[in-house]
Amino acid sequence: MDHSLGIDWKALKKGEVSMGTTIAAVKYDGGVLLAADSRTTTGAYIANRVTDKLTQIYDNIWCCRSGSAADTQAVADILHYYLQMYEAQNGAPPTVRVAANLAAEMCYSNKDNLSAGLIVAGWDAKSGGEVYSIPLGGSIHKQDIAIGGSGSTYIYGYVDTNFRKDMTREEAIDFLKHAIALAMERDGSSGGVIRMAAIDGKSIDRYFFADADIPAAWNAPASAT
Amino acid sequence: MGFDFSNHQRNAFLESRGIASAKATSTGTTIVGLKYADGVILGADTRATQGPIVADKNCEKIHYIAPNIWCGGAGTAADTEFVTGMVSSQLELHSMSVGRTARVVTAMTLLKQHLFKYQGHVGAYLIVGGVDPTGPQLMSIHAHGSTDKLPYTCLGSGSLNAMAIFETRWRADMPRDEAMELVADAIKSGIFNDLGSGSNVDLAVITKDGTEVFRGYEKPNERGAREGRYVYRRGTTKRLGKETLLKFDVQTVPVEVVGGGVGDRMEVDA
Repeated sequence: MDHSLGIDWKALKKGEVSMGTTIAAVKYDGGVLLAADSRTTTGAYIANRVTDKLTQIYDNIWCCRSGSAADTQAVADILHYYLQMYEAQNGAPPTVRVAANLAAEMCYSNKDNLSAGLIVAGWDAKSGGEVYSIPLGGSIHKQDIAIGGSGSTYIYGYVDTNFRKDMTREEAIDFLKHAIALAMERDGSSGGVIRMAAIDGKSIDRYFFADADIPAAWNAPASAT
Repeated sequence: MGFDFSNHQRNAFLESRGIASAKATSTGTTIVGLKYADGVILGADTRATQGPIVADKNCEKIHYIAPNIWCGGAGTAADTEFVTGMVSSQLELHSMSVGRTARVVTAMTLLKQHLFKYQGHVGAYLIVGGVDPTGPQLMSIHAHGSTDKLPYTCLGSGSLNAMAIFETRWRADMPRDEAMELVADAIKSGIFNDLGSGSNVDLAVITKDGTEVFRGYEKPNERGAREGRYVYRRGTTKRLGKETLLKFDVQTVPVEVVGGGVGDRMEVDA
């Protein structure tokens, strides 16, 4: 292994579209909430400033995508196909755990050719709301809260301090809105608008926050409420 | 992340080993698309470049995919040409097979899955636009296989110039004339401010009632009329004399085939 250059050769190929990104998902009382910024970049140019990084892969199973736009779109499409096949072959809809493990299988087996960081989250009748983090190498981690993407590094402190289990949906929305906003403020690869999706088994509600509705950093709630 | 200088160390290392640094290549194009009140409008410049040379002053960058789906192409000209032709063909067969009008998402999926398979080596950067039973659709596709669904978009070396115009003046549900003018102005911004783009503005206006293609919608770079005459009048060069240097005697001689039967003949089947 060549350590002399210290460069990450696995980074995006030249000219490839990147979702620099800040993504997050949290389990709240009754379901899960996914959130993301909306910036897609090609180098220093913002190719899409209103991207929707929250992708539906099954009825109540969604995922947050970060890394290469092409790779994550391809993985999400193939995952969607696998989950439809699963229902047809097994006579029952897939659980979030199944979806997350299929995603991890794909990311791990193709780790040399993919640049994809996913957070798979959803609701199923068996286990309720669940959040699974699948970082670059293809490992899988079941968590109550997961954050990812280049912007996530700036909010570990905020998240660790302010996360509480069994928040209400409104509290979860407020929490992630502030978290994503803080990351967008500091990370050049994150920005635009904040998109969210709340899944509770009864319905899927999409949220959109732009301009004045995005909290300014100095307005963030004091830690340890 | 801001600016990325990670390649500097690598380049310095390569140069120290005597390997010349790579030259940047531009996609030499301005292509745009936007959604307006009645559908979508695609626009493109008409310059094709080979390095610093203009290879074609009036090429067509808006490609046919289906009667209701057209596609602007930037990047490697051969790749955009062939990949759009291939998908157009596949879509026609698919459309007949399912008995339905072709959909823009189908074209987009066929294109993105092909491009992803080739991991960006097929250098096609496309803006696909059309009107199908689900309504007006506009998508951009990058060579590595990523897609974006947007109300207005630009691609190519002149895209930043064009996007500046769009971001200033685009509104939802613009009327046809205003939308066409906005597209033309965006392309002209690329034509006049980007060296990789030039010549004319081509437009394609797609609505549920059909497509109107305006080849050469605006020609802001037409060559001016020559102002002087440079033909010398007869007698300007004085004839000093006449000298015959070589004389050819041309004859018509029939060719006779000598010897050999079938074995000597070139064409055995003839």
